[in-house]
Amino acid sequence: MDTLLQQLINGLTLGAVYALVALGYTMVYGIIGLINFAHGEVVMIGTMVAFTVIVSLAGSGMPPLLILSVGLLIAVVACMVLGWGLERVAYRPLRHAPRLTPLITAIGMSIVLQNVAMIIWGRNYITFPPMIDKRIYEVGGASFTNVQVAIVVLAALVMIGLTYLVQRTRMGMAMRATAQNQHVALLMGVDIDRVIAMAFIIGSALGALAGCMVGSYYEIAHYQMGFMLGLKAFTAAVLGGIGNMAGAMAGGLLLGIIEALGAGYIGDLTGNFLGSHYQDIFAFMVLIIVLMFRPSGLFGERTGDRA
Amino acid sequence: MKHAHIPGVLVALAASVAMIGCGKKEEPKAAAPAPAPAAAPAPAPKPEIVVKIGHVAPLTGPIAHLGKDNENGARLAVDDANAKKLEIDGKIVKFELLGEDDQADPKTGTVVAQKLVDAKVAGVVGHLNSGTTIPASAIYNQAGLPQISPSATNPKYTQQGFNTTFRVMANDIQQGSVVGTYAVKDMGAKKVAIIDDRTAYGQGLADEVEKAAKAAGATIVAREFTTDKATDFKAILTKIKAKNPDVIFLGGMDAVGGPMLKQIKELGIKAKFTTGDGGCSPELIKLAGAASEGVICTQAGLPVDKLPNGQKFVEDFTKKYGQIQIYSPYSYDAVMVLVDAMKRANSVDPVKYLPEVGKTAYDGVTGKVEFDEKGDIKNGAITVFVIQEGKLVTLKSEGGTAAAAAAPAAAPAAAPEAKK
Repeated sequence: MDTLLQQLINGLTLGAVYALVALGYTMVYGIIGLINFAHGEVVMIGTMVAFTVIVSLAGSGMPPLLILSVGLLIAVVACMVLGWGLERVAYRPLRHAPRLTPLITAIGMSIVLQNVAMIIWGRNYITFPPMIDKRIYEVGGASFTNVQVAIVVLAALVMIGLTYLVQRTRMGMAMRATAQNQHVALLMGVDIDRVIAMAFIIGSALGALAGCMVGSYYEIAHYQMGFMLGLKAFTAAVLGGIGNMAGAMAGGLLLGIIEALGAGYIGDLTGNFLGSHYQDIFAFMVLIIVLMFRPSGLFGERTGDRA
Repeated sequence: MKHAHIPGVLVALAASVAMIGCGKKEEPKAAAPAPAPAAAPAPAPKPEIVVKIGHVAPLTGPIAHLGKDNENGARLAVDDANAKKLEIDGKIVKFELLGEDDQADPKTGTVVAQKLVDAKVAGVVGHLNSGTTIPASAIYNQAGLPQISPSATNPKYTQQGFNTTFRVMANDIQQGSVVGTYAVKDMGAKKVAIIDDRTAYGQGLADEVEKAAKAAGATIVAREFTTDKATDFKAILTKIKAKNPDVIFLGGMDAVGGPMLKQIKELGIKAKFTTGDGGCSPELIKLAGAASEGVICTQAGLPVDKLPNGQKFVEDFTKKYGQIQIYSPYSYDAVMVLVDAMKRANSVDPVKYLPEVGKTAYDGVTGKVEFDEKGDIKNGAITVFVIQEGKLVTLKSEGGTAAAAAAPAAAPAAAPEAKK
């Protein structure tokens, strides 16, 4: 029982991060139908920027929590600018091009960003300076750290805030209108360009936050870390129904928990026929099964024409 | 010998370029051989010949620091060999290192292997990982090129029936049995959990540890897997925690071991952590921080400070490149073994000097290098380390007894050799 609880805690932490990154994918997809494959790299850049800021402030005698907050803030701003720049430079000129063109551009941007990061921050693993004094708590035989609590709480707050933004504000209404029908929204006086840019900016800010979480959770960063994280988050977005924000949140949490339980129990369930090296396969199997019965994902309401 | 036809001008040019490369102001010397052909009575000028030696290791990706370490060792050897101005077949040999990056990826490994063959290297030092060394060895074998790996410990590498494969450190059968036995006999483990990263190295070593631990009387309570690129191990560690092992063994590299150690601590797992040579590096300590305290790990070879001729190497290397990670002394020796074989064969042609590599009896910085019929080193040593206060501290060395015991006696005898 304590093992199950521990695995759920592991999965919840991982899932919260996936969910934040998945929101970045799903917001952009929901509005312009583009899968922004460079989003994983935006997350990585966020981690790296936070790392640089934290390291350069570490000797300044500021309280650690303040340094972490400053690092986080600068990373979020840097990624917002990056997200806006990506949209402006790489995607806006291609908005009316065939759908495959921006997709390939996205993959290209992902490679460009990875290499830029490699040039700036080097090829080696970077040790993320631990700014929070890690405390370990034990409940019912399962242990977790204050960093994990912070990740889950922060992710939950951000998701609530985002839901408020989309459902209750004028900007959110404009976003929903653009997602439903760009042309009609334009006729109603919605500034489409601004709405699309906002989707990239908000998504990138969430990505930067997720990046800082990953950095302080594992305490390492690497220029290739965005690729697998991005792929998993994209899977989570598809699992929940891409384009649907509640779906991305649920998909992320679900994927994290499936992975943890998969790695924890798949060996025992199959009598060691399948071991924990099938951890990733397990997650993707669930994805395939869900899509077989619900092609638009768990929460997806859109039909296939936008996919 | 096509190099014999290189016109004198070119040779002079090469010589002066070499001098510039060395950054030394020895212009009068460099100029000396050039006008020599004109002066008939003067002793015939020594023609120079450039011999390329290939080196392959991952220079990008998670273990780029280890790849750079290997390459720097080889580079130092090439510099030292050039400084000796060796004469082979009447020509002054200038060695050149062609360093390639295989990204620790088996596919890329074969691509760069072919690239080196096409570049007509005389021999290859590498690769770093077993997973890249084994597929690449078939390509070198086809080209008849001697290949000496300074760090690929998987036994299969030399078991393919190739006459071109050699390694200068002990293999995983020896290493696995030392770690496995040490965990049970010295650390008193009754229940052992084993994790590997599914690479040829990690998996191979983990299998050997499993055999040795079982043979010594322990039970394997868990066998878990990860990848060499993963950073989250909490799920498998939680599963291991439930099995309550005394010792956890990781068959994998330091880039995996570092974050894993931190997560072991966070989950409150009390088991001791052990790993093989891939995780036995200063980088592991850097990545894991305080969580690396008390880790037991092994290296295939003797500790650097115990190496018979190690002192000079450590000084030279740290002065030039900084901290030694793991295998730079071995890549240094691997280059020197190739050079030594060329010297004895009096030829830089792989066809002619390959048989001499097998007959090597070389006093290197890592000890006496002699190969058995498969190309494995005879009497390879395994050293057990413990990490204390952020440093690798030697616990004991096994095997390599001849080299270790002979070390004090051999050191003075070998000293002039090293100074040459």
